[in-house]
Amino acid sequence: MGDRILHVEDINVYYGAIHAIKDVSFEVSEGEIVALIGANGAGKSTTLKTLSGLLRSATGAIEFMGESIMHAQPDRLVAKGLAHVPEGRRVFQQMTVEENLEMGAYTRPGSEIAPGLERVYAHFPRLKERRRQVSGTLSGGEQQMLAMGRALMSSPKLLMLDEPSMGLAPILIEQIFDIVRELHEAGTTILLVEQNAQMALSIATRGYVMETGRVTLSGTGRELLENDDVRKAYLGG
Amino acid sequence: MTVFLQYLVNGLSMGSVYAIIALGYTMVYGIAKMLNFAHGDVIMIGAYISFCVTSYLGLPAIVSVVAAVAVCTALGILIEGFAYKPLRQAGPLAVLITAIGVSYFLQNAAQLIWGATPKNFTSIVSFPVPDFLRAYNVSAVSLVTVVACLVIMAGLMWFTGKTKMGKAMRAVSEDKAAAQLMGINVNRTISMTFAIGSALAAIAGVLLCSYSPVLQPTTGSMPGIKAFTAAVFGGIGSIPGAFVGGILLGIIEAMAQAYISTSLANSIVFAVLIVVLLVKPAGLFGRYVPEKV
Repeated sequence: MGDRILHVEDINVYYGAIHAIKDVSFEVSEGEIVALIGANGAGKSTTLKTLSGLLRSATGAIEFMGESIMHAQPDRLVAKGLAHVPEGRRVFQQMTVEENLEMGAYTRPGSEIAPGLERVYAHFPRLKERRRQVSGTLSGGEQQMLAMGRALMSSPKLLMLDEPSMGLAPILIEQIFDIVRELHEAGTTILLVEQNAQMALSIATRGYVMETGRVTLSGTGRELLENDDVRKAYLGG
Repeated sequence: MTVFLQYLVNGLSMGSVYAIIALGYTMVYGIAKMLNFAHGDVIMIGAYISFCVTSYLGLPAIVSVVAAVAVCTALGILIEGFAYKPLRQAGPLAVLITAIGVSYFLQNAAQLIWGATPKNFTSIVSFPVPDFLRAYNVSAVSLVTVVACLVIMAGLMWFTGKTKMGKAMRAVSEDKAAAQLMGINVNRTISMTFAIGSALAAIAGVLLCSYSPVLQPTTGSMPGIKAFTAAVFGGIGSIPGAFVGGILLGIIEAMAQAYISTSLANSIVFAVLIVVLLVKPAGLFGRYVPEKV
Protein backbone atom coordinates (compact mmCIF):
# COMPACT_ATOMS: atom_id res chain seq x y z
CA MET A 1 0.00 0.00 0.00
CA GLY A 2 1.04 3.56 -0.64
CA ASP A 3 1.35 6.56 1.63
CA ARG A 4 -1.23 7.39 4.20
CA ILE A 5 -3.46 10.10 2.73
CA LEU A 6 -6.15 10.44 5.36
CA HIS A 7 -5.62 10.27 9.07
CA VAL A 8 -8.49 10.74 11.50
CA GLU A 9 -7.82 10.76 15.20
CA ASP A 10 -10.27 10.93 18.09
CA ILE A 11 -12.91 13.09 16.50
CA ASN A 12 -16.10 13.94 18.39
CA VAL A 13 -19.09 15.46 16.64
CA TYR A 14 -22.24 16.81 18.25
CA TYR A 15 -25.64 17.70 16.82
CA GLY A 16 -26.67 20.08 19.57
CA ALA A 17 -26.93 17.85 22.63
CA ILE A 18 -26.59 14.62 20.67
CA HIS A 19 -23.13 13.12 20.74
CA ALA A 20 -23.09 11.57 17.26
CA ILE A 21 -19.43 10.62 16.82
CA LYS A 22 -17.39 9.39 19.76
CA ASP A 23 -13.59 9.23 19.63
CA VAL A 24 -13.48 7.92 16.10
CA SER A 25 -10.06 7.21 14.58
CA PHE A 26 -9.17 5.59 11.29
CA GLU A 27 -6.98 6.03 8.28
CA VAL A 28 -6.85 5.56 4.54
CA SER A 29 -3.73 4.91 2.46
CA GLU A 30 -3.21 5.61 -1.17
CA GLY A 31 -4.67 2.92 -3.43
CA GLU A 32 -7.02 1.43 -0.84
CA ILE A 33 -10.76 0.96 -0.73
CA VAL A 34 -11.68 1.45 2.90
CA ALA A 35 -15.21 0.51 3.90
CA LEU A 36 -17.03 2.10 6.80
CA ILE A 37 -19.94 -0.17 7.63
CA GLY A 38 -22.61 -0.14 10.29
CA ALA A 39 -26.31 0.14 10.88
CA ASN A 40 -28.49 3.12 10.14
CA GLY A 41 -27.63 5.89 12.59
CA ALA A 42 -24.21 4.55 13.52
CA GLY A 43 -22.57 7.81 12.45
CA LYS A 44 -21.12 6.86 9.09
CA SER A 45 -22.54 9.77 7.10
CA THR A 46 -21.78 12.16 9.93
CA THR A 47 -18.16 11.05 9.76
CA LEU A 48 -18.00 11.79 6.02
CA LYS A 49 -19.66 15.17 6.46
CA THR A 50 -17.09 16.04 9.10
CA LEU A 51 -14.26 15.06 6.77
CA SER A 52 -15.59 17.26 3.98
CA GLY A 53 -16.04 20.23 6.31
CA LEU A 54 -19.86 20.34 6.37
CA LEU A 55 -19.74 19.50 10.08
CA ARG A 56 -17.10 20.28 12.68
CA SER A 57 -15.38 17.98 15.13
CA ALA A 58 -14.97 19.34 18.65
CA THR A 59 -11.73 17.48 19.31
CA GLY A 60 -8.96 15.45 17.71
CA ALA A 61 -7.25 15.80 14.37
CA ILE A 62 -8.03 15.27 10.70
CA GLU A 63 -5.12 15.23 8.30
CA PHE A 64 -5.45 14.96 4.56
CA MET A 65 -2.31 14.67 2.42
CA GLY A 66 -0.26 15.54 5.48
CA GLU A 67 -2.15 18.77 6.15
CA SER A 68 -4.63 19.49 8.93
CA ILE A 69 -8.13 20.03 7.50
CA MET A 70 -9.98 20.33 10.81
CA HIS A 71 -11.03 23.90 10.10
CA ALA A 72 -11.06 23.98 6.31
CA GLN A 73 -14.12 25.20 4.44
CA PRO A 74 -15.78 22.53 2.28
CA ASP A 75 -15.21 24.44 -0.94
CA ARG A 76 -11.46 24.59 -0.27
CA LEU A 77 -11.20 20.85 0.32
CA VAL A 78 -12.35 19.96 -3.17
CA ALA A 79 -9.39 21.82 -4.62
CA LYS A 80 -7.11 19.85 -2.28
CA GLY A 81 -8.39 16.59 -3.77
CA LEU A 82 -11.15 15.45 -1.45
CA ALA A 83 -14.41 14.58 -3.24
CA HIS A 84 -17.57 13.64 -1.41
CA VAL A 85 -20.52 11.95 -3.10
CA PRO A 86 -23.24 12.69 -0.57
CA GLU A 87 -25.98 10.38 0.62
CA GLY A 88 -29.03 10.60 -1.62
CA ARG A 89 -26.81 11.65 -4.60
CA ARG A 90 -27.84 15.35 -4.46
CA VAL A 91 -27.39 15.95 -8.17
CA PHE A 92 -28.53 19.36 -9.42
CA GLN A 93 -31.94 18.24 -10.67
CA GLN A 94 -32.70 21.21 -12.89
CA MET A 95 -29.34 21.17 -14.62
CA THR A 96 -28.38 18.86 -17.45
CA VAL A 97 -26.13 15.85 -16.97
CA GLU A 98 -23.24 17.64 -18.61
CA GLU A 99 -23.76 20.82 -16.57
CA ASN A 100 -23.66 18.70 -13.41
CA LEU A 101 -20.37 17.22 -14.54
CA GLU A 102 -19.00 20.67 -15.33
CA MET A 103 -19.88 21.75 -11.79
CA GLY A 104 -17.81 18.82 -10.57
CA ALA A 105 -14.82 20.37 -12.29
CA TYR A 106 -15.54 23.81 -10.79
CA THR A 107 -12.16 24.03 -9.07
CA ARG A 108 -10.23 22.78 -12.11
CA PRO A 109 -8.98 24.90 -15.00
CA GLY A 110 -11.36 24.98 -17.99
CA SER A 111 -8.91 22.99 -20.11
CA GLU A 112 -9.49 19.93 -17.91
CA ILE A 113 -13.23 19.77 -18.55
CA ALA A 114 -13.12 18.06 -21.95
CA PRO A 115 -10.66 15.29 -20.92
CA GLY A 116 -12.55 14.93 -17.64
CA LEU A 117 -15.85 14.42 -19.46
CA GLU A 118 -14.23 11.85 -21.71
CA ARG A 119 -12.89 9.95 -18.72
CA VAL A 120 -16.23 10.00 -16.91
CA TYR A 121 -18.14 8.97 -20.04
CA ALA A 122 -15.74 6.03 -20.45
CA HIS A 123 -16.73 4.78 -17.00
CA PHE A 124 -20.40 5.68 -17.45
CA PRO A 125 -21.44 5.36 -21.11
CA ARG A 126 -25.03 5.79 -19.97
CA LEU A 127 -24.32 9.37 -18.92
CA LYS A 128 -22.97 10.19 -22.35
CA GLU A 129 -26.24 9.09 -23.95
CA ARG A 130 -28.13 11.34 -21.59
CA ARG A 131 -25.78 14.27 -21.44
CA ARG A 132 -28.26 16.89 -22.64
CA GLN A 133 -31.02 15.58 -20.41
CA VAL A 134 -32.11 17.43 -17.27
CA SER A 135 -30.80 15.25 -14.47
CA GLY A 136 -34.03 15.30 -12.45
CA THR A 137 -35.45 12.99 -15.11
CA LEU A 138 -32.78 10.31 -14.62
CA SER A 139 -33.47 7.06 -12.78
CA GLY A 140 -32.02 6.51 -9.31
CA GLY A 141 -29.16 4.39 -10.64
CA GLU A 142 -28.32 6.94 -13.30
CA GLN A 143 -28.36 9.72 -10.72
CA GLN A 144 -25.92 7.71 -8.61
CA MET A 145 -23.66 7.35 -11.64
CA LEU A 146 -23.94 11.07 -12.26
CA ALA A 147 -23.11 11.90 -8.64
CA MET A 148 -20.03 9.68 -8.85
CA GLY A 149 -19.02 11.03 -12.25
CA ARG A 150 -19.45 14.58 -10.98
CA ALA A 151 -17.09 13.88 -8.09
CA LEU A 152 -14.55 12.30 -10.43
CA MET A 153 -14.47 15.50 -12.50
CA SER A 154 -12.44 17.14 -9.75
CA SER A 155 -9.70 14.48 -10.23
CA PRO A 156 -9.82 13.60 -6.53
CA LYS A 157 -7.04 11.99 -4.55
CA LEU A 158 -9.68 10.51 -2.27
CA LEU A 159 -13.23 9.72 -3.36
CA MET A 160 -15.72 9.41 -0.51
CA LEU A 161 -18.93 7.55 -1.39
CA ASP A 162 -21.88 7.72 0.96
CA GLU A 163 -24.30 4.80 0.51
CA PRO A 164 -24.00 4.45 -3.26
CA SER A 165 -26.32 1.43 -3.18
CA MET A 166 -29.12 3.14 -1.28
CA GLY A 167 -32.54 2.60 -2.81
CA LEU A 168 -31.26 0.78 -5.89
CA ALA A 169 -32.42 -2.54 -7.34
CA PRO A 170 -29.99 -5.46 -6.80
CA ILE A 171 -28.91 -5.50 -10.43
CA LEU A 172 -28.02 -1.81 -10.25
CA ILE A 173 -26.18 -2.29 -6.98
CA GLU A 174 -24.00 -4.88 -8.74
CA GLN A 175 -23.34 -2.39 -11.52
CA ILE A 176 -22.45 0.41 -9.13
CA PHE A 177 -20.07 -1.81 -7.20
CA ASP A 178 -18.47 -3.00 -10.45
CA ILE A 179 -17.82 0.62 -11.28
CA VAL A 180 -16.38 1.30 -7.81
CA ARG A 181 -14.02 -1.64 -8.34
CA GLU A 182 -13.15 -0.32 -11.80
CA LEU A 183 -12.38 3.14 -10.44
CA HIS A 184 -10.21 1.59 -7.77
CA GLU A 185 -8.30 -0.44 -10.36
CA ALA A 186 -7.80 2.76 -12.34
CA GLY A 187 -5.97 4.15 -9.31
CA THR A 188 -8.61 6.03 -7.30
CA THR A 189 -8.44 5.76 -3.52
CA ILE A 190 -11.91 5.26 -2.08
CA LEU A 191 -13.58 5.65 1.29
CA LEU A 192 -16.85 3.79 1.06
CA VAL A 193 -19.69 4.17 3.52
CA GLU A 194 -22.26 1.39 3.19
CA GLN A 195 -25.09 -0.37 4.95
CA ASN A 196 -24.71 -3.18 2.45
CA ALA A 197 -21.84 -4.74 4.40
CA GLN A 198 -21.53 -7.85 2.25
CA MET A 199 -20.95 -5.90 -0.96
CA ALA A 200 -18.76 -3.29 0.65
CA LEU A 201 -16.45 -5.70 2.46
CA SER A 202 -16.10 -7.96 -0.57
CA ILE A 203 -14.41 -5.17 -2.53
CA ALA A 204 -12.70 -3.40 0.38
CA THR A 205 -9.01 -3.61 1.20
CA ARG A 206 -9.80 -2.77 4.79
CA GLY A 207 -12.89 -1.96 6.77
CA TYR A 208 -14.12 -0.37 9.99
CA VAL A 209 -17.35 -1.23 11.77
CA MET A 210 -19.23 1.62 13.42
CA GLU A 211 -21.84 1.23 16.16
CA THR A 212 -23.65 4.12 17.85
CA GLY A 213 -20.96 6.62 17.03
CA ARG A 214 -17.91 4.49 17.78
CA VAL A 215 -15.54 2.35 15.74
CA THR A 216 -15.88 -1.09 17.32
CA LEU A 217 -13.94 -3.30 14.93
CA SER A 218 -11.45 -3.03 12.15
CA GLY A 219 -9.54 -5.33 9.85
CA THR A 220 -9.08 -6.32 6.25
CA GLY A 221 -12.18 -6.83 4.16
CA ARG A 222 -11.78 -10.58 4.33
CA GLU A 223 -11.20 -10.64 8.10
CA LEU A 224 -14.35 -8.67 8.70
CA LEU A 225 -16.38 -10.80 6.32
CA GLU A 226 -15.34 -13.85 8.29
CA ASN A 227 -15.74 -12.27 11.72
CA ASP A 228 -18.55 -13.91 13.69
CA ASP A 229 -19.87 -10.69 15.22
CA VAL A 230 -19.96 -8.98 11.86
CA ARG A 231 -21.68 -11.97 10.29
CA LYS A 232 -24.33 -12.01 12.99
CA ALA A 233 -24.96 -8.29 13.04
CA TYR A 234 -24.67 -7.29 9.39
CA LEU A 235 -24.54 -10.30 7.13
CA GLY A 236 -27.58 -12.20 8.30
CA GLY A 237 -25.90 -15.08 10.12
CA MET B 1 -56.80 53.09 -32.63
CA THR B 2 -54.08 55.69 -32.24
CA VAL B 3 -55.11 56.24 -28.65
CA PHE B 4 -55.01 52.52 -27.95
CA LEU B 5 -51.52 52.27 -29.44
CA GLN B 6 -50.40 55.24 -27.39
CA TYR B 7 -51.54 53.52 -24.23
CA LEU B 8 -49.89 50.33 -25.39
CA VAL B 9 -46.61 52.19 -25.86
CA ASN B 10 -46.94 53.70 -22.38
CA GLY B 11 -47.61 50.28 -20.94
CA LEU B 12 -44.69 48.71 -22.78
CA SER B 13 -42.28 51.38 -21.62
CA MET B 14 -43.36 51.33 -18.01
CA GLY B 15 -43.56 47.55 -18.21
CA SER B 16 -39.94 47.43 -19.32
CA VAL B 17 -38.93 49.40 -16.24
CA TYR B 18 -40.90 46.95 -14.08
CA ALA B 19 -39.27 44.09 -15.95
CA ILE B 20 -35.75 45.36 -15.22
CA ILE B 21 -36.60 45.69 -11.53
CA ALA B 22 -38.32 42.30 -11.55
CA LEU B 23 -35.25 40.71 -13.12
CA GLY B 24 -33.23 41.90 -10.12
CA TYR B 25 -35.80 40.50 -7.69
CA THR B 26 -35.94 37.21 -9.49
CA MET B 27 -32.16 36.79 -9.70
CA VAL B 28 -31.78 37.29 -5.97
CA TYR B 29 -34.79 35.16 -5.13
CA GLY B 30 -33.81 32.46 -7.59
CA ILE B 31 -30.32 32.07 -6.21
CA ALA B 32 -30.36 33.23 -2.59
CA LYS B 33 -33.98 32.13 -2.04
CA MET B 34 -34.85 35.34 -0.25
CA LEU B 35 -37.10 38.27 -1.01
CA ASN B 36 -35.00 41.37 -0.91
CA PHE B 37 -37.63 43.96 -0.09
CA ALA B 38 -34.96 46.63 -0.04
CA HIS B 39 -34.54 46.19 -3.79
CA GLY B 40 -36.93 49.06 -4.53
CA ASP B 41 -34.92 51.38 -2.33
CA VAL B 42 -31.68 50.52 -4.06
CA ILE B 43 -33.44 51.82 -7.19
CA MET B 44 -34.07 55.12 -5.44
CA ILE B 45 -30.41 55.36 -4.32
CA GLY B 46 -29.32 54.74 -7.91
CA ALA B 47 -31.52 57.56 -9.13
CA TYR B 48 -30.14 59.95 -6.49
CA ILE B 49 -26.56 59.09 -7.43
CA SER B 50 -27.30 59.75 -11.07
CA PHE B 51 -29.06 63.00 -10.14
CA CYS B 52 -26.08 64.20 -8.07
CA VAL B 53 -23.56 63.41 -10.77
CA THR B 54 -25.46 65.31 -13.46
CA SER B 55 -26.91 68.18 -11.41
CA TYR B 56 -24.16 68.89 -8.87
CA LEU B 57 -21.05 67.73 -10.71
CA GLY B 58 -22.37 68.63 -14.16
CA LEU B 59 -21.00 65.45 -15.71
CA PRO B 60 -22.59 63.78 -18.75
CA ALA B 61 -25.56 61.42 -18.32
CA ILE B 62 -23.66 58.30 -19.24
CA VAL B 63 -21.11 58.95 -16.48
CA SER B 64 -23.96 59.31 -14.02
CA VAL B 65 -25.36 55.92 -15.04
CA VAL B 66 -21.97 54.28 -14.59
CA ALA B 67 -21.62 55.93 -11.17
CA ALA B 68 -25.11 54.81 -10.14
CA VAL B 69 -24.37 51.24 -11.20
CA ALA B 70 -21.03 51.24 -9.35
CA VAL B 71 -22.49 52.66 -6.13
CA CYS B 72 -25.51 50.35 -6.15
CA THR B 73 -23.40 47.28 -6.87
CA ALA B 74 -21.23 48.08 -3.87
CA LEU B 75 -24.32 48.87 -1.81
CA GLY B 76 -25.88 45.53 -2.74
CA ILE B 77 -22.77 43.63 -1.66
CA LEU B 78 -22.63 45.62 1.59
CA ILE B 79 -26.31 45.05 2.40
CA GLU B 80 -25.96 41.35 1.77
CA GLY B 81 -22.77 41.09 3.81
CA PHE B 82 -23.99 43.07 6.82
CA ALA B 83 -27.69 42.34 6.97
CA TYR B 84 -28.42 39.03 5.28
CA LYS B 85 -25.27 36.91 5.50
CA PRO B 86 -25.35 36.60 9.31
CA LEU B 87 -28.88 35.21 8.90
CA ARG B 88 -27.98 32.44 6.46
CA GLN B 89 -29.01 29.76 8.97
CA ALA B 90 -32.00 31.70 10.30
CA GLY B 91 -35.60 31.18 9.26
CA PRO B 92 -37.12 32.99 6.29
CA LEU B 93 -39.16 35.30 8.54
CA ALA B 94 -36.06 36.74 10.19
CA VAL B 95 -34.60 37.48 6.77
CA LEU B 96 -37.84 39.01 5.53
CA ILE B 97 -38.12 41.32 8.53
CA THR B 98 -34.48 42.33 8.13
CA ALA B 99 -35.12 43.14 4.48
CA ILE B 100 -38.01 45.40 5.47
CA GLY B 101 -35.70 47.02 8.02
CA VAL B 102 -33.04 47.63 5.39
CA SER B 103 -35.70 49.18 3.18
CA TYR B 104 -36.66 51.73 5.83
CA PHE B 105 -33.02 52.32 6.67
CA LEU B 106 -32.25 53.24 3.06
CA GLN B 107 -35.30 55.51 2.80
CA ASN B 108 -34.38 57.36 5.97
CA ALA B 109 -30.73 57.58 5.06
CA ALA B 110 -31.74 59.13 1.73
CA GLN B 111 -33.97 61.60 3.53
CA LEU B 112 -31.10 62.53 5.81
CA ILE B 113 -28.67 63.02 2.94
CA TRP B 114 -30.90 64.58 0.28
CA GLY B 115 -33.82 65.90 2.29
CA ALA B 116 -37.52 65.11 1.93
CA THR B 117 -38.18 67.74 -0.74
CA PRO B 118 -38.53 66.02 -4.11
CA LYS B 119 -35.79 66.65 -6.65
CA ASN B 120 -36.56 67.27 -10.26
CA PHE B 121 -34.78 64.55 -12.20
CA THR B 122 -33.76 65.43 -15.75
CA SER B 123 -34.16 62.61 -18.24
CA ILE B 124 -30.82 61.01 -19.02
CA VAL B 125 -31.72 60.29 -22.62
CA SER B 126 -32.79 62.82 -25.17
CA PHE B 127 -32.51 62.34 -28.87
CA PRO B 128 -34.97 63.22 -31.59
CA VAL B 129 -37.60 60.59 -32.31
CA PRO B 130 -39.17 60.53 -35.82
CA ASP B 131 -42.57 62.20 -35.96
CA PHE B 132 -44.53 59.13 -36.99
CA LEU B 133 -43.29 57.36 -33.83
CA ARG B 134 -43.86 60.37 -31.64
CA ALA B 135 -47.49 60.34 -32.70
CA TYR B 136 -47.78 57.10 -30.74
CA ASN B 137 -46.14 58.49 -27.62
CA VAL B 138 -42.83 56.83 -28.40
CA SER B 139 -40.11 58.83 -26.69
CA ALA B 140 -36.36 58.51 -26.52
CA VAL B 141 -36.67 57.16 -22.98
CA SER B 142 -39.20 54.52 -23.97
CA LEU B 143 -37.03 53.32 -26.83
CA VAL B 144 -33.95 53.12 -24.61
CA THR B 145 -35.90 51.39 -21.85
CA VAL B 146 -37.34 48.68 -24.06
CA VAL B 147 -33.98 48.01 -25.68
CA ALA B 148 -32.18 48.01 -22.33
CA CYS B 149 -34.72 45.58 -20.94
CA LEU B 150 -34.32 43.16 -23.84
CA VAL B 151 -30.53 43.35 -23.69
CA ILE B 152 -30.52 42.77 -19.92
CA MET B 153 -32.82 39.78 -20.17
CA ALA B 154 -30.80 38.20 -22.96
CA GLY B 155 -27.59 38.93 -21.05
CA LEU B 156 -28.88 37.29 -17.88
CA MET B 157 -30.08 34.22 -19.76
CA TRP B 158 -26.70 33.89 -21.40
CA PHE B 159 -24.91 34.45 -18.09
CA THR B 160 -26.86 31.87 -16.09
CA GLY B 161 -26.99 29.38 -18.95
CA LYS B 162 -23.50 29.51 -20.38
CA THR B 163 -20.93 30.93 -17.99
CA LYS B 164 -19.18 29.08 -15.20
CA MET B 165 -20.21 31.66 -12.60
CA GLY B 166 -23.81 31.60 -13.84
CA LYS B 167 -24.01 27.83 -13.69
CA ALA B 168 -22.50 27.90 -10.21
CA MET B 169 -25.30 30.29 -9.22
CA ARG B 170 -27.89 27.80 -10.43
CA ALA B 171 -26.14 25.04 -8.52
CA VAL B 172 -26.19 27.15 -5.33
CA SER B 173 -29.85 27.91 -5.90
CA GLU B 174 -30.70 24.20 -5.98
CA ASP B 175 -28.57 22.82 -3.20
CA LYS B 176 -26.10 24.89 -1.18
CA ALA B 177 -24.40 21.94 0.53
CA ALA B 178 -23.96 20.00 -2.72
CA ALA B 179 -22.61 23.16 -4.36
CA GLN B 180 -20.03 23.47 -1.59
CA LEU B 181 -19.00 19.88 -2.21
CA MET B 182 -18.25 20.92 -5.80
CA GLY B 183 -15.85 23.54 -4.48
CA ILE B 184 -18.20 26.46 -5.05
CA ASN B 185 -17.84 29.30 -2.55
CA VAL B 186 -21.50 29.78 -1.65
CA ASN B 187 -21.08 33.11 0.14
CA ARG B 188 -19.18 34.67 -2.71
CA THR B 189 -21.72 33.38 -5.21
CA ILE B 190 -24.59 34.89 -3.26
CA SER B 191 -22.89 38.25 -2.94
CA MET B 192 -22.25 38.18 -6.68
CA THR B 193 -25.98 37.68 -7.18
CA PHE B 194 -26.70 40.73 -5.05
CA ALA B 195 -24.15 42.71 -7.02
CA ILE B 196 -25.93 41.86 -10.28
CA GLY B 197 -29.39 42.51 -8.86
CA SER B 198 -28.33 45.89 -7.47
CA ALA B 199 -26.62 46.93 -10.68
CA LEU B 200 -29.91 46.26 -12.46
CA ALA B 201 -31.70 48.29 -9.80
CA ALA B 202 -29.45 51.26 -10.57
CA ILE B 203 -30.28 51.10 -14.26
CA ALA B 204 -33.97 50.75 -13.45
CA GLY B 205 -33.79 53.74 -11.11
CA VAL B 206 -32.29 56.00 -13.73
CA LEU B 207 -34.84 54.94 -16.35
CA LEU B 208 -37.73 55.15 -13.92
CA CYS B 209 -36.91 58.73 -12.99
CA SER B 210 -36.37 59.63 -16.61
CA TYR B 211 -40.08 58.81 -17.01
CA SER B 212 -41.50 60.30 -13.90
CA PRO B 213 -39.02 62.97 -12.84
CA VAL B 214 -40.11 63.34 -9.22
CA LEU B 215 -37.30 61.91 -7.11
CA GLN B 216 -37.81 61.50 -3.37
CA PRO B 217 -36.80 58.94 -0.73
CA THR B 218 -39.94 56.87 -1.31
CA THR B 219 -39.61 56.86 -5.09
CA GLY B 220 -38.55 53.21 -5.19
CA SER B 221 -41.24 51.72 -2.95
CA MET B 222 -44.27 51.47 -5.22
CA PRO B 223 -42.38 50.45 -8.38
CA GLY B 224 -40.47 47.98 -6.20
CA ILE B 225 -43.66 46.37 -4.96
CA LYS B 226 -45.17 46.33 -8.42
CA ALA B 227 -42.06 44.78 -9.91
CA PHE B 228 -42.09 42.18 -7.17
CA THR B 229 -45.67 41.48 -8.18
CA ALA B 230 -44.52 41.21 -11.78
CA ALA B 231 -41.83 38.72 -10.79
CA VAL B 232 -44.39 36.57 -8.93
CA PHE B 233 -46.82 36.98 -11.83
CA GLY B 234 -44.23 35.58 -14.24
CA GLY B 235 -43.03 32.91 -11.82
CA ILE B 236 -40.44 34.08 -9.35
CA GLY B 237 -36.96 32.75 -10.03
CA SER B 238 -37.59 32.59 -13.78
CA ILE B 239 -35.77 35.12 -15.96
CA PRO B 240 -38.18 35.08 -18.92
CA GLY B 241 -40.98 35.05 -16.34
CA ALA B 242 -39.81 38.32 -14.81
CA PHE B 243 -39.55 39.86 -18.25
CA VAL B 244 -43.01 38.80 -19.41
CA GLY B 245 -44.50 39.55 -15.99
CA GLY B 246 -43.08 43.08 -16.01
CA ILE B 247 -44.26 43.88 -19.53
CA LEU B 248 -47.74 42.45 -18.90
CA LEU B 249 -48.06 44.31 -15.64
CA GLY B 250 -47.12 47.57 -17.36
CA ILE B 251 -49.66 47.01 -20.13
CA ILE B 252 -52.46 45.97 -17.76
CA GLU B 253 -51.78 49.02 -15.64
CA ALA B 254 -51.79 51.38 -18.63
CA MET B 255 -54.99 49.90 -20.02
CA ALA B 256 -56.72 50.00 -16.66
CA GLN B 257 -55.77 53.64 -16.28
CA ALA B 258 -56.99 54.43 -19.78
CA TYR B 259 -60.21 52.52 -20.01
CA ILE B 260 -61.39 51.83 -16.48
CA SER B 261 -60.19 54.21 -13.84
CA THR B 262 -56.94 55.89 -12.97
CA SER B 263 -57.54 55.59 -9.28
CA LEU B 264 -58.47 51.91 -9.51
CA ALA B 265 -55.50 50.98 -11.72
CA ASN B 266 -53.42 49.57 -8.89
CA SER B 267 -56.31 47.54 -7.53
CA ILE B 268 -56.93 46.10 -10.96
CA VAL B 269 -53.28 45.15 -11.38
CA PHE B 270 -53.28 43.29 -8.09
CA ALA B 271 -56.66 41.68 -8.81
CA VAL B 272 -55.21 40.26 -12.01
CA LEU B 273 -52.25 38.93 -10.02
CA ILE B 274 -54.57 37.18 -7.59
CA VAL B 275 -56.52 35.57 -10.42
CA VAL B 276 -53.33 34.38 -12.13
CA LEU B 277 -52.02 32.89 -8.90
CA LEU B 278 -55.32 31.14 -8.26
CA VAL B 279 -55.18 29.51 -11.66
CA LYS B 280 -51.44 28.98 -11.82
CA PRO B 281 -49.94 29.11 -8.34
CA ALA B 282 -46.34 29.04 -9.55
CA GLY B 283 -46.89 32.02 -11.87
CA LEU B 284 -46.86 32.04 -15.66
CA PHE B 285 -43.37 30.59 -16.14
CA GLY B 286 -42.81 29.12 -12.70
CA ARG B 287 -42.57 25.40 -12.28
CA TYR B 288 -42.83 23.10 -9.37
CA VAL B 289 -40.25 20.41 -9.90
CA PRO B 290 -41.27 17.28 -8.06
CA GLU B 291 -38.44 16.13 -5.85
CA LYS B 292 -37.06 12.68 -6.34
CA VAL B 293 -35.97 10.97 -3.18
